[in-house]
Formats: sequence, structure tokens, C-alpha cells
Amino acid sequence: MDLINLGIKSIFIENMVFAYFLGMCSFLAVSKKVSTAMGLGLAVVFVLGITVPMNWLLDQFVLKEGALTWLGDSFATIDLSFLRFIMFIAIIAAMVQLVEMMIEKFSPSLYGSLGIFLPLIAVNCSILGGALFMAQRDYTLSEATVFGFGSGIGFLLAIVALAAIREKLKYSNVPDALKGLGITMFITGLMGIAFMSFMGISL
Amino acid sequence: MSTETLEKPIVKKEAIFSKRRKKFVIDPLSDDNPITIQVLGICSALAVTTQMKPTMVMAISVTMVLILSNLVISLMRNIIPSRVRIIVQLAVVATLVTLVNEVLKAYAFDMYKELSVFIGLIITNCIVMGRLEAFALNNKPYDSMLDGLGSGLGYSWIILAVAFFRELFGSGKVFGYPVFESIGMGNLATNGLMVSPVGAFMVLGFIIWVQRTKTGYVEH
Repeated sequence: MDLINLGIKSIFIENMVFAYFLGMCSFLAVSKKVSTAMGLGLAVVFVLGITVPMNWLLDQFVLKEGALTWLGDSFATIDLSFLRFIMFIAIIAAMVQLVEMMIEKFSPSLYGSLGIFLPLIAVNCSILGGALFMAQRDYTLSEATVFGFGSGIGFLLAIVALAAIREKLKYSNVPDALKGLGITMFITGLMGIAFMSFMGISL
Repeated sequence: MSTETLEKPIVKKEAIFSKRRKKFVIDPLSDDNPITIQVLGICSALAVTTQMKPTMVMAISVTMVLILSNLVISLMRNIIPSRVRIIVQLAVVATLVTLVNEVLKAYAFDMYKELSVFIGLIITNCIVMGRLEAFALNNKPYDSMLDGLGSGLGYSWIILAVAFFRELFGSGKVFGYPVFESIGMGNLATNGLMVSPVGAFMVLGFIIWVQRTKTGYVEH
């Protein structure tokens, strides 16, 4: 039950985009077409769902204070948590490379449309943000997995919804200076208000 | 986009602040602003801007990381194989951010607690990677440092502006100083929406609107 609760929380209430502003860069840049947004969203779900548990294992057995106890008692006092950033980002970059290779193999059209944004998943803040939140909040392995997937799905929902709105927006008369980024910020704000209504939901 | 790679290496010794170099610093402030024009680094721009003080710390941290990472990558630009450049860049940036993180932890623990994961997220701040890719890989160290400084300042003034409005209207203060109270308007209602994420999107939306009206930049 706790896990379902955490899942719902990470999808709706603490949505990566609307509550923590994570992954905004790709959120804004790749949300012009629903199909592309869908592709990126799925890639993010996949990468987050894998990297968060992987980083959890890394954190638990290598980086945390006392995590190296399994090597012997003399390692019990070692605290490598200052290496978190660099290790997390290394894992993430490696996983992204893997996903990129897989997509290139199985779906060249998707690969073509995602273009330069696939390598940029490595520097998508939501991926590293997910890992850092996981480390900060002391999740267990199952919680970390649920949190990873939940956050990814939250991002997917947000980016697909925004892309759908932007597709319709093409036909409206927006002031020149507001075109593109400006109007997207306002839309995101309004969507944020909608997502705020999920606040307080718990099972 | 400012991907103008310099065609010819300049043989003659150049003034430290020549016109060309001034451009690196001035351009990102308005005409080529990293946030409002290039749409980079929005993530952290919004997350920390509920108050001026953490925003200030964030702005300084990002500027430092930008300058130093540009310098380091620019120094190594001839020895990095282009296939692994992303990893190298990430490693350099992550190391610098770790340094910033440790410094904050040692000398400003409250700030460190308040910014929490967002210091770590400087690593994935697109401005840093964007400048490394677009500039530092092809240019000399000193120019790259100036470019980093320019982008850092361009980023800083936008997030400080966002934070100013959010703190002023959200909690009636600037840098923790109660502005409305001191001019005798203490009973003015504050807008809770400004403190929430929604306020950040709106304020940034307005700033982009004003800024683009001024520069005349139109997106297609």
C-alpha cells in the first residue's frame, strides 16, 4: 500500500516537472509534437526506472557511510558520499548510451525524430534529480524502483499533455514576443495549477 | 545562437578587453541570453527562486562552475577525442560541482540544506553543457572564461529578477527584509501562488515576454 501511495505521489503530487522543475530543458524543447514527446517521455521512464535502482545499489553498497562494511571491518568508517554526483552521473551516462543504442537498433524512425535529444537525456535534470532525491530520502530498493518509474511516468504525462496543447496552439494568434518559450511558460504554469489539485491525495 | 567559431587564430597579441572579447560578456546579457533566448538552464532557474538569498548563492555557484569548466575543457580541447567528449565534460563538471557542494557544506551549511539537491543539479544544467559544446571545445582558454562569465551573468540576472518578484509578492520581502512593512503597507496581502511553482512559471513567462519585446526576438 505504501508503494502504491509513493507511486501516486511521485506521478501526480510531486510531479518532476510541476513541483521540482526538473527536466525543464527537454520538456520545453521536445514538446512541439505529440509523437516526439511520447518517444522522449518513454525514454525518460525507461532510463529513470533503471538508473534510480542502479544508483540505489551503488549508494547502498559503495558510497554511503559504512556502506563498504561488506569488504571487511576496517572499511566500516569510510564515507564516500562526496563522490555521489560523479558516480551517479557516470551510471546515468552509461545507461543513456545503452538506451540510445537500443532505440537506434529497434526503431530508426524514433531515433531520427529524437535527434540530438537522446544524448541529452544524460543531462536531463530529472534523471540525476531522481537519483539525488532517492539518496536524500533514504528509500528502500523497492521504494526506489517505484519512485523511479513513477517520476518517469509523471514526466511522460506532463510532456505529452504539453505537446498536445502546443499542437493546438499553432492555430491561435499569439503575440510575437510570446511565441514559443513565453507562451509555453504560461501554459506550464496553468498546468501546474491543475496538478496542484492533486495535492493531499493519499490512499 | 552564438556558435561563431573563430575562423582564423589571431596571431597578434590582443588587448585583454578587446571589442571582440567584450562581446562574449555583453551578448549573453540580453541579445543572446541563455535563459530567455537559448532556452537553457530553466530547471534550476525556477526551483531555487522563492527567495533572493539562495538564488544569489545559486547564481554565484553556477557562474563559478561555468567559468572554471569552460577553462578546463578549453585547455583540454585538443586532447579530448570527440567520441567521449560528453563523458569527459560530465566528469569535469561533476568534479567542479562537488567542490562547490563541499565548500557550501563547510562554510554555509544552512544554505547547503536549503538548496539540497539543486546544487548537484548544476551538473545537468544545460547552460554548462551547452557552453562547453558550443564554445569551449573550439576556443582558447581566456576567451572561454569570458564566455562562461557572460553566460553566468546572463543567467544570474534572470534568476535574480524572478526571485525578486517571487519574494516581493510571495512573502513581501527582499533579501529577507520586509519591504511592504517598512513603507507602511504591512497589511497588504501576499500572493501564495508566487511561492508555489506556478508563480515561477508565470513570472518567468512575463520576463521573457518583456525581454523579447525589447530585443525583438521572435521564435518560429
